Amino acid sequence: MAQTRIVPVGKAGKGAEAQVLSRRKARKGQRERQENLIGYLFLSPWLIGFFLFTLLPILASLVLAFTDYNLFSTPRWTGLANFERMFFADRRYWRSVKATFQYVLTAVPLRLVVALGIAMLLNRGRRFISLYRAAYYAPSIVGGSVAVAVMWRQVWGGQNQGLVNYVLQALGLPYVNWLANPATAIWTLVILAAWQFGSPMLIFLAGLKQIPIEYYEAASIDGAGAWARFSSITLPLLTPVILFNLVMQMISGFLVFTQAYLVTGGRPLDSTLFYALYLYLRAFEVHEMGYGSAMAWVLLLIIAFFTALVFRSSTGWVYYESAGGRA
Amino acid sequence: MSTTEVARPRGRGMSKRTREALKACLYHLIVASSCFVMLYPILWMVASSLKETSEIWTKTASLIPSRPTLDHYVAGWAGFGGLSFDLFFRNSFIVAGVGTVATVASSACVAYAFAKLRFVGRDFWFSVMLLTLMLPAQVLMIPQYILFSKLGWINTFLPLLIPRFFGGAFFIFLIVQFMRGLPAELDEAAEIDGCGKVGIFFRIILPLIQPALITAAIFSFYWTWEDFMGPLIYLQNPRLYTVSLAIRAFSDPSAGTNWGAIFAMSTLSLVPVFAIFVSFQRYLVQGISTTGLKG
Repeated sequence: MAQTRIVPVGKAGKGAEAQVLSRRKARKGQRERQENLIGYLFLSPWLIGFFLFTLLPILASLVLAFTDYNLFSTPRWTGLANFERMFFADRRYWRSVKATFQYVLTAVPLRLVVALGIAMLLNRGRRFISLYRAAYYAPSIVGGSVAVAVMWRQVWGGQNQGLVNYVLQALGLPYVNWLANPATAIWTLVILAAWQFGSPMLIFLAGLKQIPIEYYEAASIDGAGAWARFSSITLPLLTPVILFNLVMQMISGFLVFTQAYLVTGGRPLDSTLFYALYLYLRAFEVHEMGYGSAMAWVLLLIIAFFTALVFRSSTGWVYYESAGGRA
Repeated sequence: MSTTEVARPRGRGMSKRTREALKACLYHLIVASSCFVMLYPILWMVASSLKETSEIWTKTASLIPSRPTLDHYVAGWAGFGGLSFDLFFRNSFIVAGVGTVATVASSACVAYAFAKLRFVGRDFWFSVMLLTLMLPAQVLMIPQYILFSKLGWINTFLPLLIPRFFGGAFFIFLIVQFMRGLPAELDEAAEIDGCGKVGIFFRIILPLIQPALITAAIFSFYWTWEDFMGPLIYLQNPRLYTVSLAIRAFSDPSAGTNWGAIFAMSTLSLVPVFAIFVSFQRYLVQGISTTGLKG
């Protein structure tokens, strides 16, 4: 399972470290200096990259958030003006926040439910499992590509009637203009997200394999039905994996860009203008780098807040076996 | 689950074996048909690329072209604005190939430091690295763009390639996880035999972590191959377009309505992805379920 393996380096090596320590004391000085040197030598690619391409940009972005900057003139300090505009004057900003939350609140649960359902179906250990697993995972492997987004637009309409309407009409059902209707456009993206449940499915599958089969056998002997086995064995024992998947999918839900850019372009009436899309438009189409930076920082805070919220709530619903029950 | 419930009434009175066989049949029917529904949009795209133009929007749902043709592949490959798709594919292979080699090599070095070497501040830097994993690209996008534009790197591959030489946090994490699973006796024995830390890395560790390197390389290739935002921001010159950008330009409502050709090039752009998926599936599944990340 994923999260059990995330152990800080020091924990594993501490015992051995103490042992070696006494032996090392004599030649300590020189040896230690050499070890540090080699350590930092191997670390240097990441360390240099971290300062140049992560730390420096973050600090620059934090400063830019309080300026007016269009890339060509010098940045002009404007204090909180960007944030005032964002929260009190920019109605498109609020539409983008609304669209993003709509998307996260629908696409993420839907994707997780589908992923868990399919994982349970595949956990039954019958023939052709690896073939099925590959087939279910295939849409996810190409999910981020432009090719799939372009195709998806044509599935729902685009410049033609589209695949879905073709089928609807063949069945005698009414024609729906999916992409032009503000009420339906966002659902094409939610379904696209639900369709790509591959990686949470694989993580669920790994989690399901950890549950001892004896638990189910014992429950069956006690007369527990399928639903009772699911709700009192599978679900509680899977909660750490659910937490992990929920956090990862939520973060990627807040950042959705490519699909919205290509399938709906934020239209109609900004109903699919997701946060990342609006940020891109502000920063790279009208070159409002200061305003864009302010938006990026608010996004970071939103994500941090909701991640913390989920972790906080997890003490109430995540079951850790080693702790002997609910924490 | 539902399969048992449905099979039971019909199976009453039958032998246990028949009932099991019926259950298995039903299971495969459900799973295989939902697989088909899952794959249908992709199959539809491939089928449409082989249909005659008149058929794409008239026999829309059909997966079998009545007269299969490769015309759209010929027309699509010719590209637009005098630039053909062999240029775009070459660009994509350069960006994804060089980027992948650079990321995997540098990440392996850094992972060795975190997993096997002892130095002051190691734990601190490791937690910093894990933190950067959580950092949304959007926060770095604007200042990085400003930095690269001041360096005059806009409309070159440099902004997409140079950062790749400094290791990727996800890949470092993946390789560290793998290295920690290696028996410590191996490098201890080598050290006693007089092998230095650098020698241990090249002679002992590198050959042993090959599965992790392959997993990292596959993910890196996928993400770069499918990356859209990076090329969109940094490459405005059509000569430098990657396949992703080219398909987008090609499918632009104002530029083209040759859907057969667009579907043909879209299909071709997925060929490398599926080829790798089919041949390295094992590594992928392992990679996702042990690190539990992305996709």
